[in-house]
Amino acid sequence: MAEAPESRSTARSTVPWTRKDLLGIEELSADEIRLILDTAESFREVAERPIKKVPTLRGKTVVNLFFESSTRTRSSFEIAEKRLSADGLNFSASTSSLSKGESLVDTALNLQAMAPDLIVIRHAYPGAPHLLARRLKAGVINAGDGAHEHPTQALLDAFTIRQHKQQIQGLKVSIVGDIEHSRVVRSNIHLLGKLGAEVTVAAPRTLMPVEMESMGVKVVHSLDEAIEGADVIMMLRIQLERQGKMRFPSTREYFNLFGLTTERMARAKDDAIVMHPGPMNRGVEIASEVADGPTSVILEQVANGVAVRMAVLYLLSGVRSEDGRDA
Amino acid sequence: MPPTLHPKKTILEPKQIRRVVRRIAGEIVEHNGGTAGLLLVGIRTRGVPFAQRIAAEIETMEGVEVPVGTLDITLYRDDLSTIAPQPVVGETRFGEPIDDRVIVLCDDVLYTGRTIRAALDALIDYGRPRAVRLAVLVDRGHRELPIQAEFVGKVVPTSAREHVEVRLEEIDGVTDVRILEEEEA
Repeated sequence: MAEAPESRSTARSTVPWTRKDLLGIEELSADEIRLILDTAESFREVAERPIKKVPTLRGKTVVNLFFESSTRTRSSFEIAEKRLSADGLNFSASTSSLSKGESLVDTALNLQAMAPDLIVIRHAYPGAPHLLARRLKAGVINAGDGAHEHPTQALLDAFTIRQHKQQIQGLKVSIVGDIEHSRVVRSNIHLLGKLGAEVTVAAPRTLMPVEMESMGVKVVHSLDEAIEGADVIMMLRIQLERQGKMRFPSTREYFNLFGLTTERMARAKDDAIVMHPGPMNRGVEIASEVADGPTSVILEQVANGVAVRMAVLYLLSGVRSEDGRDA
Repeated sequence: MPPTLHPKKTILEPKQIRRVVRRIAGEIVEHNGGTAGLLLVGIRTRGVPFAQRIAAEIETMEGVEVPVGTLDITLYRDDLSTIAPQPVVGETRFGEPIDDRVIVLCDDVLYTGRTIRAALDALIDYGRPRAVRLAVLVDRGHRELPIQAEFVGKVVPTSAREHVEVRLEEIDGVTDVRILEEEEA
């Protein structure tokens, strides 16, 4: 694992954090992104201690409001909350009154009555976190809204890239797979663009939305073309559950054309790394030999996710809605 | 708005600071009966160069390199819910386990004692040192917690309107200790 403590002292961010909510990457400045990444560096160390807990958010309450199933993101937020000594409370759609017909705003107002400090929300509809952020005093963290944004995932991806490559400026990053249904790709395009990377997206035409052309990225339809000379290759899961109808004849054919294998990796730079936001489908978008191979940083991404979410919880909890927004 | 500050007087010049650090280094070794088990821990920011200077003096005196760690107390502050925005979190690094070590916490100014309280809480989360001692360059009084330093460079009685500013070459480009006074409103 690459140790790069010097990477943060060189470009230490100095802007203060003033946002009540983290709704997406699109509205953040490059300095705000660097502040979160720098703060996460300090939190990474907490995971290496014998006692993996600091008293920083003692007495703060965080509600994890998950309207869509999620194991990794929710447990990552939960661990981050516990390590900061915050009290976390889990709501999931299947066990709450959401399944009894209550509206999103009513659910949120009920939660507000319990005076939480922060709300982490995942919802199938783009903009759901934004609606809550406008209505609630608590800070809102978007943990994925439809195919729109997933800011903490993009931040942990950037954090992992920075660990291996020292900086993001000038890197060639290729994102391959189900571009249409991915919120991760939208957040990552914003983030990588703001920090100066060259982004290429690759997918079969049936999984490539037209708006990609206008997001300032290079669009290709061949995996080999995307891998050629890349520093970072980010594979996306084929989200069969979101596709109304099959966009390709079979997963086997998809693997033959867009699955990442060791042979295909030869086109990338020698020190290229392979990422995947998980959960991955072995033998569909990625071969096991690559997923478990030396170029894979997939499990580091998971570990870094906790540090990044701790940083976000820490920074947001310092902004009070009464005075914080314009302070 | 932070108040405007005017330099009132210089209380330690570089040469005096060197003597003070040398004396503290000697006291630490004497008190500990040698350098065995010693671990100096500088509290960020200016406690770190202060600890490194003490370690350098001990090496000159005893020919032994005493390890120096750094401690960031941000996550343990007792005023996080009253200040905004959140302060920048720095890095904590000891380089080795702190269990059974004699730790000398090093800080530039001892004032309310709240920083040291936070530092003690942080240390305990990393292990169980045999003992924790405290070395400060300046003790300016006005304690709000029952904390005292074993090794003190200079005791400087101050009023609440005065500020003690320590500047060390490694961070500030110059070395001195000054008293600054708030401008009358």
